[in-house]
Amino acid sequence: MTLTTKFPGEQWPDHVHRVLADAGVHQIAYVPDGGLSRLIDLCRDDPSMTTVSLTSEQEGVAMLAGAWLGGQRGALLMQGSGVGQCVNMLSLTQVCRFPLLIVATMRGESGETNPWQVPMGSTAGAVLELSGVRVHRAETADAVGEAAAQAAREAFDGPAASAVLIAQAVIGIKSFDDDQD
Amino acid sequence: MTRTSEDFPLRRRAVVEALLRDRGDLLVVAGLGAPAWDVAAAGDSPLDFPLWGAMGGAAMIGLGLALAQPERRVLVVTGDGEMLMGIGSLATIAASAPANLAIVVLDNERYGETGMQPTHTAWGADLAAMAQSSGFPVTALARDEEALDSALHLARDARGPVFVAIKIRAESPPLVLPPRDGETLKARFRAALKLEPSQ
Repeated sequence: MTLTTKFPGEQWPDHVHRVLADAGVHQIAYVPDGGLSRLIDLCRDDPSMTTVSLTSEQEGVAMLAGAWLGGQRGALLMQGSGVGQCVNMLSLTQVCRFPLLIVATMRGESGETNPWQVPMGSTAGAVLELSGVRVHRAETADAVGEAAAQAAREAFDGPAASAVLIAQAVIGIKSFDDDQD
Repeated sequence: MTRTSEDFPLRRRAVVEALLRDRGDLLVVAGLGAPAWDVAAAGDSPLDFPLWGAMGGAAMIGLGLALAQPERRVLVVTGDGEMLMGIGSLATIAASAPANLAIVVLDNERYGETGMQPTHTAWGADLAAMAQSSGFPVTALARDEEALDSALHLARDARGPVFVAIKIRAESPPLVLPPRDGETLKARFRAALKLEPSQ
């Protein structure tokens, strides 16, 4: 695919950061995930971005509505399991037609070793779609950058709510044999 | 015997009218239910964003707005039930520390829209103390006219983030409804800020 030439290699966090910066995103709301660590660090180190650590994902949906009301673009970075937290607050996005850009790293997919991640992980995409959010799945590292670029265009040119779900195959499986993730 | 909120001296409509008097270019987010009607009763403005839903989100909408408009004062006016549903946002806002944001909770210790059932503040939850222990540098709790004056001054003028809880009487004044179409509310707010469509 042509996508792989535009955003080659394994440096998908750098690609997503570049997409966010090019789209003029100023506010980054996030709940950490191991797979998002580098992207969060890139945003925190970017002087054009204000990063806000959330206690729960729905806070980010509300915050980015406020950002748009005030004339700034934002993005919500989170783990796929956070989709469940967002559901009611997405009514704000939908009723007012606020732009919303979500970048979520998935858990609970093939090879997951924590069964508690599976119920939300296996339904996150469908739940987002039911809540009025368009979903772009990135199954490989090479595909993440273009998926993020598409979602950003939809979100801010629409306006629309659009999410990139980065497959667990890209992030890797959390092992409970060491301290990683 | 403990006094219940039906006997509290401060009245919500007078409090909100005083809070918004001579508001200038103040930006206001109003939490769903009675606080939104109170803000509308004080005079509908395009620089109000009254909520008809999104319970638990008012304070965070205020944070995003305050970060986007650092030169303007942003005031969130909401109820105790709405604030409790988004209570984690107190920690988020304190950590983000926007100097131009104030949150005013009209605390009648009741879920007023659903039949006046008690909220957790009726059993002792202290929202101002929760804000303070979350890291808000300026907090106040007002129960009477004397304390109200300084609390309103803090909400309007103190360097934020500011959190003020005002104990108000449990009552249901006549409805004064703001527009309820979300796209209209969004569009008029942004137009009043002279924002471009894609900005």
